This record gives sequence, structure tokens and C-alpha cells, in this order.
Amino acid sequence: MSRLRSWFLVPAWLWMGGLFAAPFAIVLAYSFLTRGAYGGLDLPWTLESYQRLADPLYLSILLRSFLMAAAATAICLVLAFPLALFISRSGRRRNLYLQLVILPFWSSFLVRLYAWLFLLRDTGLINTALQALHLIREPLPLLYNDGAVLLGLVYGYLPFMVLPIYATLERLDPALLEAAADLGARPFSALWRVTVPLSAPGIRAGVILVFIPCLGAYLTPDLLGGGRSVMIGNLVQNQFTTARDWPFGAAVSVALMAVVTLLVVLFLRRGEEAL
Amino acid sequence: MKDIGSSAHIPGPPAPVPGPADAILVLRDVVKQYPAQRAVDGVSLSIPRGGFYSLLGPSGCGKTTTLRLVAGFEEPTSGEVLLEGARVNGRRPYERNVSTVFQNYALFPHLTVRQNVEFGLRRRRAPDAPARVARVLDLVRLAGKEERYPAQLSGGERQRVALARSLVLEPAVLLLDEPLAALDPKLRKQMRFELKEMQRRVGITFLLVTHDQEEALSMSDQVAVMNEGRIQQVGTPQEVYLRPRTPFVAGFLGAVNWIGGVGLRPEVTRISRVPANGGMRSCPAAVTDSVFLGNCVQVVARLSSGEQAVAEVPRQDGAYQSGDAVHICWDPADEMTFS
Amino acid sequence: MKPRGRLLGFYAALVFLFLHLPLLTLAVFSFNASRFTVWQGFSLAWYRAIFHDPDLMESAANSVVIALAATLISVAAGTLCAYALWKRRSRLISAGLYLSLVTPEIVTGVSLLALFQWAFRWLGWRLGLHSVILAHVAFSLAYVVIVVAARLRTLSPTLEEAAMDLGATEWQAFREVTLPLLLPGIAAGALLVLTVSFDDYVITSMVAGVDSQTLPMVIYAMARRGASPVINAISALIVVFFGALILVSERLAHAAEKLS
Repeated sequence: MSRLRSWFLVPAWLWMGGLFAAPFAIVLAYSFLTRGAYGGLDLPWTLESYQRLADPLYLSILLRSFLMAAAATAICLVLAFPLALFISRSGRRRNLYLQLVILPFWSSFLVRLYAWLFLLRDTGLINTALQALHLIREPLPLLYNDGAVLLGLVYGYLPFMVLPIYATLERLDPALLEAAADLGARPFSALWRVTVPLSAPGIRAGVILVFIPCLGAYLTPDLLGGGRSVMIGNLVQNQFTTARDWPFGAAVSVALMAVVTLLVVLFLRRGEEAL
Repeated sequence: MKDIGSSAHIPGPPAPVPGPADAILVLRDVVKQYPAQRAVDGVSLSIPRGGFYSLLGPSGCGKTTTLRLVAGFEEPTSGEVLLEGARVNGRRPYERNVSTVFQNYALFPHLTVRQNVEFGLRRRRAPDAPARVARVLDLVRLAGKEERYPAQLSGGERQRVALARSLVLEPAVLLLDEPLAALDPKLRKQMRFELKEMQRRVGITFLLVTHDQEEALSMSDQVAVMNEGRIQQVGTPQEVYLRPRTPFVAGFLGAVNWIGGVGLRPEVTRISRVPANGGMRSCPAAVTDSVFLGNCVQVVARLSSGEQAVAEVPRQDGAYQSGDAVHICWDPADEMTFS
Repeated sequence: MKPRGRLLGFYAALVFLFLHLPLLTLAVFSFNASRFTVWQGFSLAWYRAIFHDPDLMESAANSVVIALAATLISVAAGTLCAYALWKRRSRLISAGLYLSLVTPEIVTGVSLLALFQWAFRWLGWRLGLHSVILAHVAFSLAYVVIVVAARLRTLSPTLEEAAMDLGATEWQAFREVTLPLLLPGIAAGALLVLTVSFDDYVITSMVAGVDSQTLPMVIYAMARRGASPVINAISALIVVFFGALILVSERLAHAAEKLS
């Protein structure tokens, strides 16, 4: 039994070594090097890149990323919980509604961001329509601000919140709510005291599934923030491309990975693993 | 390792086989130790060729593990498994000439009845495969359902496919792991008879694992009663039921009244308004309860010693009321005693 | 319905609108005759323009090649890996797969770029389709393993025991019993990788060479340059294509499920 298993794990080990551990090891090594004269890498080994993370400029970007991710997660939760509740209570139409949540998620992420670009830009649909109705004269500055980025994040990751919450609500025994009602709980109090606590595993999964990609988001702030609402992901990309400061970019990456790993370890309890 | 059934690979000289010379399967001091517990604790068995043999015991007694050691899904920690005189320790399941009927049948859901039955024959490249498949499907009364998928069969039919799939290979020993447990009670009783009948017809040695004593008693030529990883007693159904060697065996095979250190089955425990005479023994008692069971009446009485006895009496014998003074009577020959 | 139920329904309708309205308007305006966001009549001009744009056509071809190759490799490796982990867990590999799932795309992108720059200097290679394919395998393997592992958990381990009991070797038991039963999971994994690979911009843009522009890279560049109804048209095509693919595959899976 073990012989076949060992062979079957060979590709996974190749992936593990070549495409997972090796790239990250290189980034880790780079983060301790010094930036070379022409943007390359140089000795000596140093902690300087990590010290630069404490620079107020970069600290503000880190803080902003945290706040944006937290806000996006909170909004997603507020939008997703009632929706999941609605779907879990809609009987035979459940699958149809579930498809409606999943379908945009299957289509391209880039296309979904472009849709907002199309709606929000100065010559976009909303501004054009408002101008045509003579409600405004100058286009509203809808794009390239924190609000637009937040909107994009919520739009992009909402299904990640809906699905796990729905999954726990669907498994919820309706008899529990009947029991609560029987014991004199009004519907809202039954919801708050029975349904919400029992869907906690789904909420926890949803929060982690939304918060983590939002924290490391790159494309959303890039397209909808337009360089004015910069997040950690843009900082990393910038250091590796235009700024050509690979050691610093690597240090930011390592720090981001450390935070993400910590969050996953904290949130994922044993027994909830999928593998 | 590839040539199934070859005995050329036994290391050293052939070991002497204990027990009857015609034993087809022998277990010698087999131990299976898991990290947390010892599932099989020194089991030695000698299973005669061509019979119906049962391993009976409560769940967790090690009977299924014993079966899996024979099939090759587990390897013993120590001890030997000898199949047709050859040591099979270390041989993979596909290198052993035994076949298993699993508790949930483990039919391949993506294959038809025919393909399921052919599965083992295809490995062996048997030239007469189609004829053998037809014959065995006839035997289990599944002719005409060859192209169905397992999901389209009833529980009883699935069970028969599992049987056919193993029987068609004509294994040295057919291992049956609680094969009737997944059937409904009515069908289960009917299948006992059919299984026994089938074993007689094909002449293959059946080794059945069950926790149901009625099942073991009604089908087997020999029963081995197991508890806590050890064999308690081996014997014919009559022997283990009527002459149990330990209180555990007595209690596991049926209800027991314990009266002054001896055991009595309820069906040989009689009740009477007068003390017994003529070689019968008796004990004064008071009726505490009487339960109508349809075919008989169960009378519960408390003896003066404080012990309780249950007697099954014919309906017409019995208008016993709670509080009636009676005598519990029995034939000394029916007593079960333990050393 | 009770008033509270109706309120919930209204709320759900609003969220559904939020999810679908942007894509719907995007699609509607792909048929607009005008270049500007004012409706001037129905036209298919922008769809025609797609097929006359050599950049779009070439990058689409690249994207298809990359997606197919990455899917093939990930599905093969991921299926074997899931099966091996089903037999016996490996904490190290599971941890690696989990981490790869939560690694922010940009971090995956820059670390693969660092790896390729370093390794390719040794090998004398340059960035190109191969580096993009490798990168896509890097981030999609975990998806396949998770989907296939979920399917494996529904299978009873006794099936393989039964196969071996009937004389099949481990390989034959895998090949003839487990693998066919895994097919729905494998197909679902393949579909997931196909869509994720076809869509990826962030990682791809880091590791693509000059001759390996993908469709999302070209769309990104066009979106950056300014609005163009051509993007609307190609977006609509992508959404419709993948939507149809998903719906058809779900139907097939449903039908297959009913059959067995």
C-alpha cells in the first residue's frame, strides 16, 4: 500500500520543493540582502529592510490595508448573512439562488473589476446618466478613492462569505427554531440567540476567507484605487517593479505571509481541516 | 509473489499443522496489537475443510479483526496464518486464495452486476469466465439482472451479488463479515437458510463473522465464541449452547437463570404450584411478573434466596398472577455448571 | 409570507442586484453602437472588432494553451496527491497546500518571479509560456487536491479492499475502482483550474515574457488606457462562455449522479 502511495506523492513533493518552498526561500533570503546600486541584490546580510517597515509612510499603508480588509469583511458579513438566511429558507429554489451567488464568482475577476470601472469612471455610466438628467454638472469623483476600493473588495469576495454561512445554516435543524419559539422566543430573538450562534463556524470561515485575500489584495486597489488608495499588495508589486528595491519588497512579502499564516492558524481550529 | 496459490514461497520446511489433518485454515497464536489495544490476543483455530464455521462474539471482541487477518487486510503482530497448509503471513490480499463478502457488500457502484462478478475472473484470465459467471448468477438467482447497477438492486439482491462475486472465484475459504446485518429482519431470517443451503451446494468452506447468536447457531457446523480478543469455546451449536464452558458463553448464547451457582435456560425452567418429584429439582419462589409474548408466557419469579428466574411456559399453562406462591423446577441434566 | 420574510426577500433581491447589475449593464453596453456610454442603438461592431484585433486573438490563444497545459498537469498531480493523502496523511504536504491557498497572489507572483530569474539564469532560459504554465500549476494544485479529496471522502475504503480481495493489485484497484469513481471530482477540479488559470492576471503579469501575453494582460492594458466597448464585448463573451461551461457541467454532474 505504501509503495504506490510514495510514488503518487512524487509530483506533490516536486511541487512542494520546486514551486512552493524554493520560491519562498529565495524571497526570504532576498529580504535579508542589501539593495544593489542598479536595483540588483548585494551583500551584506542586514535587517534593514525589516526596520524600514516601521517607517511612518509604510506603517500607514499597512494600517490602511488592515482597516480596508476589516471594513470589507464587516460589510460582506452584513450583506451575506441575511442573504444566506434567505437562501437557506427558500425551499426548492435554493439551488437556483445559490447558482446566482456563485455564477459571478466563476466569471473573471478582472472583468468584474472592469465592470465597476465602466460604471464609476468620470465618463462612466453613472456620471453620464446623472449628467444627462441634469442632476450634476461636473462628474462626481467616484473612482480612485478608498470607497471605490472598498466597493471592489466587497463585490469581489462576497460569495466567499455567503457560501460558508449558507452551508452551516442549511445544516441547521429547523426543530431548534421551533423549540426556541415553543419556549417563547420571538422570531428576532430566536434568530439572534439560536441561529447566529449556531452558524458561528460558517461565519468564522467566511471572515477568514474574505479578510485574507482582502489584506493581500493587489488588483482591486490597483484598478479602482488608481495609485491613490495603496495597499500592501501594491507596495510589494511596486518594490519589485518600478522601485526595484527587491530586498524591501521581499521583506514586505515575508511580513504579509507571516500575518496571513498567523491568522489562518488562529482561526482554523483542528478538525475543520479539509485535507 | 505474483503466482497466487503457489506454495513455493514458504520459508523453511512446511510447519506441522495442528488439529485435524483436513483443516483448510489454521490460526496459530495469532496476536494483533494496535497502539491503544490488543484486538486479537493469542487466537488459535483450526477450521475444517468444507464446513460452515462461525466466529461469534460481541462487537469489539476481535472477530472482524481476525477475519481481516485471514483476508490479508491486516498483518498479525505475531503468530501464523496457514491457508491450505501454507503460511500466508505477509501475502497481500490479492495473493491469498480467500474471498470476502463485506458487511456493506462493497459492490463497485460504477460496474454492472455482470462486471462486478467478472471483476476477479478478469484478473485470473479465466478462459471459461462467461460460463462461470452465468452459472454463479443462476446459483444466486440473479439471472436476468446482469446489466443492472448496484443502485438499481434491492438489499437482498446486492447481498447476493456480493456472494456471487466471491463464489465465482471458488476460493479456499469464503469469509463473510456480518453479511446479513444490513438486511431487514424478515429477509435476514430467510437468508440464513439460503446461505446454509448454498454452502452445502458449492462445498466451499464458509467462515462467518457475526454477533447474532441465532444466526451462528442456525447456520454453523461449528461455532467459535470470542470475547476480548480470545477464543472462549469451540464446538457444535449444541455444545456451545447446551454445554457452555464459561458463564460468558452461556450468557452470550442465550438467557440464563442463575440458581444456586448453576445456570438454567428459561425454556428448560418449569414452573409449578407444587414441589417437583421424581429426580427433578425445585425451589420455592413467588411470581413477580407475567408477560404475554404471543407464542408463550414469560413468568418472572423471585426465589427465597433473592435470585430471580424467568420461565417460558405454554399459554394454556399459565394464569400466574403476581404474588402467587410457586415452585421453580428443572431437570438436573439441564444444569449448566462451570469449573 | 410574513412581513419579516418579505423584508428578508427584499434585502436578498437588493444583494442579488448588487451582484449582477454591474455585469449586466457591462454586457448591455457591449451592444451599443456608440463608443461612449450613451445608448445609440444596437450594434455588433465591438464583437467584430475583437476578431480583428491581433493582440486580443494572440493573447487569447496563449491563454487557452496555458490554461489547458496547467489544468492537465495540476489535475494529474493533484489527483495522485489527494489519493496518497487519503491513504495516509502527510502533515507537511497538507500544510504546504493550505499555505499556498492563502498566499496573496502578489506574493506568489513575486516569489515565482524571483525563482525563475534565479533558476533561468542558470539554465539559460527566458520567461515565456513555460514559466506562466509552471506558475499556474504552482497556485492551482491545491484547488485540485481539495476538490478531489472531498470526493474521496465520500468513497468507502472497503471498495479498494474488495478489489484487492478479488485479486486486483493496488494499482489495478486504483485504476479500475477508485479512479472511475473519482471522475466527477476530477472534472470539477479541472473546471476550477481552467477558469482560475484563464482568469489570472496578477501572477501571470509577473512571470510572463514579452511573447507570452495572456488575455487578462491585454484586457488590463486596455482598461488602463481607457474605456472601450471592445472590453465590454470581450468581457461579455468571457462571462457567457464560463457561465455556460459551469451550467452545462453542473447538469452533466447532476445527470451522472442520478444514473449511479
